[in-house]
Order: sequence, then C-alpha cells, then structure tokens
Amino acid sequence: MATTHFTGDTAVLLGRSLRHVTRSPDTIITTAIMPIAIMVLFVYVFGGAINTDSVSYVNYMLPGILLITIASGVSYTAFRLFNDMKSGIFERFQSLPIARSGVLWGHVLTSLVANLISLVIVVGVAFLMGFRTGAGFLAWLAVTGILVLFTLALTWIAVIPGLVAKSADGATAFSYPLILLPFISSAFVPTGTMPGPVRAFAEHQPVTSIVNAIRDLFAQRPVGTDIWIALTWCVAILIVAYLVAMVLYRRRIS
Amino acid sequence: MTARPTSEPAIQVQGLEKSYQKLHVLRGVDFDVARGSIFALLGSNGAGKTTVVKILATLLKADAGMASVDGFDVARQPADVRESISLTGQFAAVDEILSGRENLVLIAQLRHLKDPGRIADDLLERFGLTDAAARRVSTYSGGMRRRLDIAMSLIGNPPVIFLDEPTTGLDPQARIEVWNSVKKLAGQGTTVLLTTQYLDEAEQLADRIAILHKGRIIVNDTLAELKKLLPPAKVEYIEKQPTLEDVFLALVGEDSNGSAEN
Repeated sequence: MATTHFTGDTAVLLGRSLRHVTRSPDTIITTAIMPIAIMVLFVYVFGGAINTDSVSYVNYMLPGILLITIASGVSYTAFRLFNDMKSGIFERFQSLPIARSGVLWGHVLTSLVANLISLVIVVGVAFLMGFRTGAGFLAWLAVTGILVLFTLALTWIAVIPGLVAKSADGATAFSYPLILLPFISSAFVPTGTMPGPVRAFAEHQPVTSIVNAIRDLFAQRPVGTDIWIALTWCVAILIVAYLVAMVLYRRRIS
Repeated sequence: MTARPTSEPAIQVQGLEKSYQKLHVLRGVDFDVARGSIFALLGSNGAGKTTVVKILATLLKADAGMASVDGFDVARQPADVRESISLTGQFAAVDEILSGRENLVLIAQLRHLKDPGRIADDLLERFGLTDAAARRVSTYSGGMRRRLDIAMSLIGNPPVIFLDEPTTGLDPQARIEVWNSVKKLAGQGTTVLLTTQYLDEAEQLADRIAILHKGRIIVNDTLAELKKLLPPAKVEYIEKQPTLEDVFLALVGEDSNGSAEN
C-alpha cells in the first residue's frame, strides 16, 4: 500500500534535500576542495619522487582522488540526516502517511547527485593539471558505473552514523578512516615498495581493486579481474550497509 | 466498539504502559477524547506526556494496553492512523533552510494533495505569514516558527491533531496567537489533544483536563468539575494588581486581529 507512494514521496524528499545542497553550495565546494588540494600536493610536490614508470603522475593518482572525493562527500549525508533527526522534522515525516523508507532514499539520492557534481569538478581540475585519457564512451560509462556504486555503498554506510550519532561531530567522524583508506592502497604509490603486512592489507582492501580497475579503464588497458573484485566489494559493502541501516532505521521508528 | 459509531471517541486509550529500560514511564494510562473537543494532558516534566503523544502518533510502540485514533488501532493500523492525524512536536519541526511557503508545499506534497501551492498560500494568509512566505525559516522569530509549525499540521485537514507543548519557549504574545489558532481549530470540528505544563494554558483552552502523574491519569474532568475538588471558594476582597503579563501586553499592544475574536 505504502509502495504506491514510494517513488513520488522519494522524489519530493529528494527535491527538498537537493534544495539544502543548492542553498549551501559550500558543501559541494568543500567536498571538491580537499581532494583537489591533495591532488595538487601530490602532483607538484611528492609526485616527482614517485616512480610510476611511464604513466604521468596525475593520470596515475586521479582514480584514488575520485574515491577520496566520494569518501569526504558522503559525510554530509550523515550530517543532514543527523540534523533531520535532531530538529524533529524527521518525526514529522514519520507521522505523515508516506512511504517511510522514502525519507532515507531522499538523502541517499541527494548524496549521489551532490557527489557526481563534485566528481565532475575534480575531473575538470585534473584535466587542467594535465590529466589525459583516450577512454571511449563505454570506458567512461564503466568508470561512472563503478563510482556510482561506490558512492551508494559509502552513502549507506553514512546513513548508519546519521541515525545513531549523538552529536553532529560524531555523525561525520566516520568518514576520516574512509578518506585515509586510499593512502594505504595502490592509489598514490605502487604497493610493491610497502613492507609485507602493509602491502598485504593494501592489496586486499577494496580501494586497490577499484583504483586499478578505473586506472586500466582510463588507460585503455584490459581491466582483468580487478573490475570484478571491485564490483564485488562495492555490491557487498552496499548490501551489508543497507541492511544494517534498515535494521537501525526500523528500530528507530519502531 | 460503541453502539453509536458517530459518537465514538476520537481517541481511546486503555491500560497503556511503556518502559524505557528500567524506567516505568507509563503505568496504565486510560482516557477518551470526544470528537471536536480540546483535551489537555497536564503534567510536570518527565511525567510521560510526550510518550503518550508519540504512541498515539505511531512513532513509538506501547508495551501493553491499546490505543485507537479516529477508530484505527495505533499498533495494527498505523498507516490509517497517520492518514487521520498530524503531530506538532515539542520543538518546531520546520525546515530552517527552506522558506515558509516551501515548508507548507512540502507537507502538502507528502500528503498527496492537489494544488499544494494554493494550499500553502491559503495557510500563509490564515496565519499572517504571507509577508514572510519567501524568507528562509531560519530568519523567523519563535512565534512565527510555531505558527508555521501549526499551519503545517493543518494541511489536509486531519480530524485529529496532537500538539505537544505548543507554547513552550514562546513569548506571551506568541502564546496568545497559538491559543487563538487552537481555538479556531476546535471550532471547526477538529479534535485537539494538547500537552502542556502550564496550568493557565489548559484552563484557557481545554474542554477537558487530565493530569498525568507518575505514569497514571490521576484526574480527568472538566475545569468546572476539577474546581469542585478543591475546598469551596471563599469570598475575599483584595486589590487586584495587574500581573506582569498584563503590563507587558498593555505596553507592547496585543495582536490586533487575534485577540479581537475572543
């Protein structure tokens, strides 16, 4: 019965949440600024000392930067959801005859739109800094697909602290380890130079396979098994985070 | 079920119990609210007033007992209950980033009504917010926020409205504005359940007053009957000093259109 309204209610709540984004465009800018700063730092300061064979360093590290952009962007979802819970408007929505999961989906889809805009800005800056790719339409489509899946997975993770946090700082703190993950991966330096245990971690955590898959797509190389490992990671994180978030949400609205 | 469904109470509560961990907040609450009446649930902070409202608004599940709103059981028919009610929580639940009009349009859309824009404009007019319609709610005063909050509750004309401490934190003028809005609602046949910790608020508004104390309703009657519970009135001659509220309202001037009707 409630499902008949799901699409319409979600669209209305998406519109509301997107207005929040457009009225504080700083959330998109700050999401884009940190990864751009890291990119500038690595390309012009550290990059010269990092041996990436014949690949230009900006080409090498852009995939990792894109993941950092998403990791920092999703913290705003936790922040906005936390504010809704705290202000009482969440309860008002729950007492309305609406599809109840629409409240969460509105926030999740807003995160997707806002992060895609941030990603476009970051890729634009990367082009200015010398990023080049011969990737065709299908390769770009594949990159976009991986990034969308990664954004959805991290956004559902972000929903969890948004629902349970006691303070706004607590709601957004979860994103710091996510932002750091790319540094312990193949995103900035080849994993071959890392000491044994770190290397083992780096090579088996999700970021490495996602970064390698995107890097191969941009470089028009065959993607090999990386893309399947990357997709498996994204879908697995997405499913687990979604289920945990839904259980917490149901408990919250009892 | 009563023999005459039309006179069936708008809200029925029987043996309601609720605990948070070891804290036994509600210990068997019973009351009925007649259709079209204003019912005040009076109690000190922590008495469990908000818990009762949240259970009736389907935001919380009771541990025991039954409650129905507009003929629908809150536990078994929550979707039908939500069609029949609206809730104004303790803190004005408005979207600060949106404008006043956008807030109203949002709720009208979520109630799946036709022509949300016209509904919003009507309510802005009724609540004296037309001039502030396009401004962000973060720039509103406390009284304006509360009025918007109540206006949002009226969208779709739900037959039952819950107002949880509607005037907490408001200045005297804003309180009177809210009281006038509530009286108008009841005049149109809406059933209002309001919680308050202010005795004068219950006295001003309510057809019936119940006092919730230590998880139970200890009295439930009309104001006239409640007054009989006390020792009979004595006649004393005293000089009536103006209260500070009288002075305040005389100096700043009462809301012209609001108080004239009462």
